[in-house]
Amino acid sequence: MTKEQQSAPTVFRLSGVNCAGCINKIETAVKTVAGVTDARVNLSDKTLSVYGSAEAESCIEAVRSAGYGAELLRSSEREQRAEQREQTQRHYRQQLWRSAFALGVGVPMMAWGLITDRVSVNTPVEQLAWGVMGLITLAVLVFCGGNFFSGAWKALRHHNATMDTLVALGTGTAWLFSMIVVLVPHLLPEAARHVYFEASAMIIGLISLGQALEIRARGRTSAAVEKLLELQDTSARVLRDGREVDLPIEQVQQGDQLRVRPGEKIPVDGTVLEGRSLVDESMLTGEPVPVKKAEGDSLAAGTLNKNGSLLFRADKVGSDTRLAQIIEMVKNAQSSRVPIARLADKISGIFVPVVMIIALVAALVWFNLGPDPRVAHMLVVLTSVLIIACPCALGLATPMSVMVGVGKGAEYGVLVRNGKALQQSCTLDVLVVDKTGTLTEGSPRLTDIDSDGDSDELLRLVASLEQGSEHPLAEAIVTAAHDKNLELQSPANFEAITAHGVSGDIGGSRVLLGNTKLMQKEAISLDAWSERAAKLAEAGRTVMYAAVDGKLRGIIAVADPIRADAQAAIERLSKLGLRIEMLTGDNHGSAEAVARQLGIDRVHAELLPEDKEGIVAELQKKGERVGMVGDGINDAPALARADVGFAIGAGTDVAIESADVTLMRSSLHGVANAVELSRATLHNIKQNLFGAFIYNTLGIPIAAGVLYPITGMLLSPIVAGGAMALSSLTVVSNANRLRFFKPSEAR
Amino acid sequence: MAEVLVNIVGVLMILAVIWWFWLGPKRSTSKATPSTDNLQILVKDGVYEPDLIRLPAGRTATLHFHREDPSPCSEWVLFPDLEVSAQLALNQDTLVEIPKAEPGEYPFNCQMQMYRGTLILE
Repeated sequence: MTKEQQSAPTVFRLSGVNCAGCINKIETAVKTVAGVTDARVNLSDKTLSVYGSAEAESCIEAVRSAGYGAELLRSSEREQRAEQREQTQRHYRQQLWRSAFALGVGVPMMAWGLITDRVSVNTPVEQLAWGVMGLITLAVLVFCGGNFFSGAWKALRHHNATMDTLVALGTGTAWLFSMIVVLVPHLLPEAARHVYFEASAMIIGLISLGQALEIRARGRTSAAVEKLLELQDTSARVLRDGREVDLPIEQVQQGDQLRVRPGEKIPVDGTVLEGRSLVDESMLTGEPVPVKKAEGDSLAAGTLNKNGSLLFRADKVGSDTRLAQIIEMVKNAQSSRVPIARLADKISGIFVPVVMIIALVAALVWFNLGPDPRVAHMLVVLTSVLIIACPCALGLATPMSVMVGVGKGAEYGVLVRNGKALQQSCTLDVLVVDKTGTLTEGSPRLTDIDSDGDSDELLRLVASLEQGSEHPLAEAIVTAAHDKNLELQSPANFEAITAHGVSGDIGGSRVLLGNTKLMQKEAISLDAWSERAAKLAEAGRTVMYAAVDGKLRGIIAVADPIRADAQAAIERLSKLGLRIEMLTGDNHGSAEAVARQLGIDRVHAELLPEDKEGIVAELQKKGERVGMVGDGINDAPALARADVGFAIGAGTDVAIESADVTLMRSSLHGVANAVELSRATLHNIKQNLFGAFIYNTLGIPIAAGVLYPITGMLLSPIVAGGAMALSSLTVVSNANRLRFFKPSEAR
Repeated sequence: MAEVLVNIVGVLMILAVIWWFWLGPKRSTSKATPSTDNLQILVKDGVYEPDLIRLPAGRTATLHFHREDPSPCSEWVLFPDLEVSAQLALNQDTLVEIPKAEPGEYPFNCQMQMYRGTLILE
């Protein structure tokens, strides 16, 4: 449901720009160009972003007329993401340096304290020495932890409190108290003249280290989108003026003719004009077997041309390609919320101020009721509570798991629209499955041919006859003959007899193909064939009798065959605890036959589209959580009505738009994969939420000193800092475990 | 005397926290823009600036989010009630299309709800 918006401006690199005045001049000039909806200059990187449909040349001309230079900056999304990755890497290295510097100061100070136990200020020499250390620590706070303080201050001005607030308050309080000890030690009792500079430095160092590790771990959560982006080619071989030229992918236009050679990726969506090849579509559909492509077949961007050279027409380019839309959909879903996280979201909103209050209350309790040195205890408790509390773990618990889970789904051809669908897929009671195109192939095929002589010859005759017919059943017969490379002849005296069949002359023989009525009309005896025909009809086949020169020569059965993997998928879904019901517009006979073969108990046949939706609604009224699987335009209302609608990817755009989960594979295994994945993701989210809640509900009381009566010790702020750094890292790492998810089918 | 002072300061600080974060008047940098305009929101130092945006209801609008904060926390902006989200590129403008919607308050935030703002459609 979430509609993610991506900026798609045309970006130009500017020259001669150096002040705010230039910005106004350029923006004003470019905004006058026809088709420009907005123009923005970024002075820091000297770029101009133009939004709208204006020609790049016109924009460059407008910039030139304003007295500056401009050139088109070509940057695909992949390049932009690479740039973003570089920025992230820079941030990671920066955090590591900060951490190293802070720990470089903090560790020796801590070691000094542990070895010598001289961390109090009682003499002028100690005052001086610790004063110097205080200034060094201040440098750590400014250079390594300055971002915490500026963030905290800015957030505070906005009546907002973040993790920065806690870190800044904790480290700032420890440093400030220590500096008071250094400057005016005589104002404090001797037992309270302990300094905590090492705590400030260590906390900054540990939290920076934790953030650095978190950045690296988070980088892995978006691996799925990166993989999809890798599928996008950067250039294409386009036919221009009769010559094949390599062009950047951005320059390919709809209607262009492109050449793709063996081993190359298909750059855009299109239709084959010339050539034959096998195309590996596994990266998009999960189907491992390469698909034969010939003239008229469609190609999808990102798939791999295996062995032949293809000339094709570009039908969809840029963000219109199916791959681009999949990437968009995945990114949308990755950022969506999951209902289960509502509580965590509510708590996140008030978490930091509540922790501040708890820290203050705990500090006052220790000051008023605690043992001596009360001031020191008060400070340790205050700092530890502020530092150990981690809103990040709570805030990251859900998004990280959703990001990895949704990405993992994309790898297996399961595109989840949003977090809600992901969660609801876990708890379905019943799965309502459309028969045609979901349980069956969706296109009639010749299934049986029984003849008292040469079956192939009989097939050749009836296929030759059916060439003149437009009936779907005829298409199945002709296709079967083509598959067997049978040479067909043109029929003479062809006649289609309504509700009976067809007749005609093939090579001098009179051929009839039709139902019982046609045979009776032509006074042809069915003999023993009727029993065999009845059996086939029971199995859901459409049976036709074939007669040559007045004699019945055999029977031909056509059916929409059950998908090879339907049985296994139904078994998987049943094992997952789902009850399967079939919906179809077909007659009861063929529906019951399919249901029997697949072990489906309940069948709703001869339905109109609105009936399908009604059945879903009826089940929901009974308190059932209903999933609906379909592919056709007539399934859209039912898909939309269901708690979770699963659209088979090969289906129509309407069905896909109505669905919560799109399956790139035309297989029910995709539904089972989606259910397994959603359960794994929800399980992971629950682990994360539990971990975050437990961490905070245990950590905060421990930092407040509840274990002091047992242990006789307070939690060191340094340990609290380490725990805080580890908590969010743990959440991200646990979410990353989802990357190893494999559906039971693939295990 | 010192004890009393410390307690008074402590209690005052608790009250200050309650007042500042929950009870007191919120001072936001609000901006109202005509529907044809594009508003830039800076994402930096834990806050959106402006964090309160007023737009006319019943029309689509475009917001430019300019993210300068490299921390992963600021990477996404979500408008949960409008079912809109966007991944914000670092040091660049990212356009976020706001669909037509009923008048009302629509909170927006980062994934971790640390950055928070409100969009008012009126």
